[in-house]
Amino acid sequence: MEFGGIIAYLTSLVIEGGIFAVFCLGLNIQWGYTGLFNIGIAGFFCIGAYTSAMITMPAPTGLYAKYVHLLFGLDQPFALGLIGAAVICGIVAFLIGIPTLRLGEDYLAIATLGIAETFRLIFNNEKWLANGARGLTGLPQPLHDLIEPRYYNYIYLIIVVIVMILIYLLIERAIRSPWGRVLRAVREDEVSAAMSGKDIFRFKMQSLVFGAMVMGMGGALFAHYTKAISPDMFTPLYGTFIIWVMLIAGGSGNNKGAILGAFVIWTIWMGTHFLTDLLPYTLKARAPYIRYLVIGILLEVILVWRPQGLLGEEKRVSKMFE
Amino acid sequence: MIELIIYGLVHGSIIGLGAIGLTLVFGIIRFANFAHGDLMSAGAYLALFMVTSLFSWLGVSDNNFGPLSFGWRMLLAFPISMLCVGFVAILLDRILYQRLRRKGSGPVMLAISSLGAAFIIRMILLIFWGADSLFYRPGLLRHALELPLGIKIRPDQILILIVVLLLITFLHLFLQHTKLGKAMRSMADNIELARISGIDTEKIIMLTWGIGGALAAAAGMLYGIDVRLNPMMGWNFLIPLFAATILGTIGNVTGALVGGLVIGIAQQVSTAYMTPTYKPAVAFIIMILILLVRPKGIFGGSSR
Repeated sequence: MEFGGIIAYLTSLVIEGGIFAVFCLGLNIQWGYTGLFNIGIAGFFCIGAYTSAMITMPAPTGLYAKYVHLLFGLDQPFALGLIGAAVICGIVAFLIGIPTLRLGEDYLAIATLGIAETFRLIFNNEKWLANGARGLTGLPQPLHDLIEPRYYNYIYLIIVVIVMILIYLLIERAIRSPWGRVLRAVREDEVSAAMSGKDIFRFKMQSLVFGAMVMGMGGALFAHYTKAISPDMFTPLYGTFIIWVMLIAGGSGNNKGAILGAFVIWTIWMGTHFLTDLLPYTLKARAPYIRYLVIGILLEVILVWRPQGLLGEEKRVSKMFE
Repeated sequence: MIELIIYGLVHGSIIGLGAIGLTLVFGIIRFANFAHGDLMSAGAYLALFMVTSLFSWLGVSDNNFGPLSFGWRMLLAFPISMLCVGFVAILLDRILYQRLRRKGSGPVMLAISSLGAAFIIRMILLIFWGADSLFYRPGLLRHALELPLGIKIRPDQILILIVVLLLITFLHLFLQHTKLGKAMRSMADNIELARISGIDTEKIIMLTWGIGGALAAAAGMLYGIDVRLNPMMGWNFLIPLFAATILGTIGNVTGALVGGLVIGIAQQVSTAYMTPTYKPAVAFIIMILILLVRPKGIFGGSSR
C-alpha cells in the first residue's frame, strides 16, 4: 500500500474509533459512573442514526418517492440532526427508565435488550416509516462542498474529533461536580446514598438519559459517515457487544479509558481483518465470525485477569481535595 | 384461532422448558444468564452433528418412527446432547463464573461475562455451520393430523408436548423428593442459611448449571424438530425466556412453565393481527407490562 493509501486508511480508522469512543463515553456515564447495566446500546445507535437521517434528509419527491418511503424529511443542517438524535434518544431512555430503574439492575439490562430488538424490528418492517429493510441512502454530509469528495474524510475526521472532545469535556465537568459524586455514591451503595437524602430513582434516570443522549449523537455521527443506513446494521453484535468490550478494556469509570479502549479495540478489530486474509480459502466466508470469537475471548480474559481495564478508575475526581 | 392457541401451547412449552433452566440459575445462583439462549442453540446443533454425521458414520438406522420426522438417531442424540450441554454449562461456570465469584465481582460482572460466553458459543456455531437455517431432516413433507374442530397438528408437535411434560415431571419429583433437590430449593430461599446448614453450595451450583444446561439443550432440540435450526435462534429466544421467567416469578419452576405458555400463546395469537416478525416484540411488551404492574411476577406475592 502506498503512503496516501495508508493515510486514508488511518483516517477512517480514527473516524470510526472516534465514533465508537462517543458510544463508550455514553456507556461510561451509565455503567462506569452509575452502575446501570444497559445492553441495548444498539437501540440508541439505531434511533440516533435514523433520527438524524430524517431530520437532515429532504423528503423524497417525484419519481424518487415511488422507491423511497420516508415518513418525513426535514432537510435541516447536520447540527440539528445531532441535537435531534440526542433529544429523541433521551426521551426513549426516559420511557424505558420508568418501569425498570426502581428494580434490580438485571431488569434494566433485559428491558434495554428488548427495546433494541424492538426498534430494529420496527424499522425493518414498517416501510412507510423509513424505507423498511432497504434502509436509507444518500445522507447529506456537513461541509461537503468545501473540499473534493475524495478528501472529504479529513473534514469529517475533524468534526468527529471536535464532537468527541466536547462530549468528553462535558462529561468530565459533570462527573467532577457534586452531581457526579452522587452518581458514584448510587453505584457503590444505593442504600446509604438514599439515607443521605438522595432520590436514587431521579439520579439514575438522569444518568440513563444523559448517557442515551450521548449515544444518540454517536448514532448520528455514524449515519452521516457511512451515508447509508439500514436496520440490519444495528444488531446486538455490532452495536452493543463491541462497545461493552471497548469500555471494559479501557477501564470503566474513566473517561480517558473509555476513549482509549474504543481506539485500542477498534484497532485490534481492524487488525484481525488483515489476519483473516491469511486464512485458507474455505474459511474466508466465515472470517467475521472468527474475528468476533477473538473479541469475545478477549472480553473474558479481561474480565478474569484485569477487570479494571487498561486505565482503571480514578479514585479521586474532585479538585477540592489535594 | 384454536389452532393458533395449540401452536402457542407447543411453542410455549419449549419456551417454558428453557425458562425453567433460566429461572433455576437466576433463583439459586442469583445470576442473569444471558448465555442461556445460546446453550439452547448449542444443544440443537450438537444433536444435528450427531444425527447427520456421527451416527451415519456409526451406521445407526436412519428410518423414521411411524409418522414422526425422526428415528433412532434423534432418540440417541437427545439425551447425549442434554448431557453434553449440561457439561458445557458446568465448564463455563468453572472457567469463568467461578473465578469471578471468588474475586467478589458483582452480579453484573457475571452477567457481562455470560454475554461474552453467549457470543463465543454463537460464533463457534457460525464458524462450523454458517448462518443459514438448517433442518434435522431436510426436504421432508410434514403431514398434519386432522383433529376435530378443524385443528391441524403434526405428530411431532404432540410428541414435543409429551417430552416437555415428562421432563418437567422428572424435575418436579427430583426437586421435591430427593436430598439434592431439597438442597437446591433451600439455596434458592437463603444461600447463607443453606451454607451454615452444611450444604456444599459449590456442588449445588454445579448441579444447577448441569440441569439448566440440559433443559436448555432439550428445548433447543425440540425447537429444531418443530421449526428449524439457526445460529441466531437462541438469541431470539432470550427475550421470551426472560419474559417468561419474570412473568412466573424468578426462581419459581411452575411459574416459568406457566410464563412460557402465556408468552408462547400470546406470540402465536399475535400473528393473526401482525406480521410474525414482531413475535419477539410481543414477548417484550408483555414483560414491560408485568414490570409496571407486578414486578415480582404472578407467583411472587405483592409487589414492592
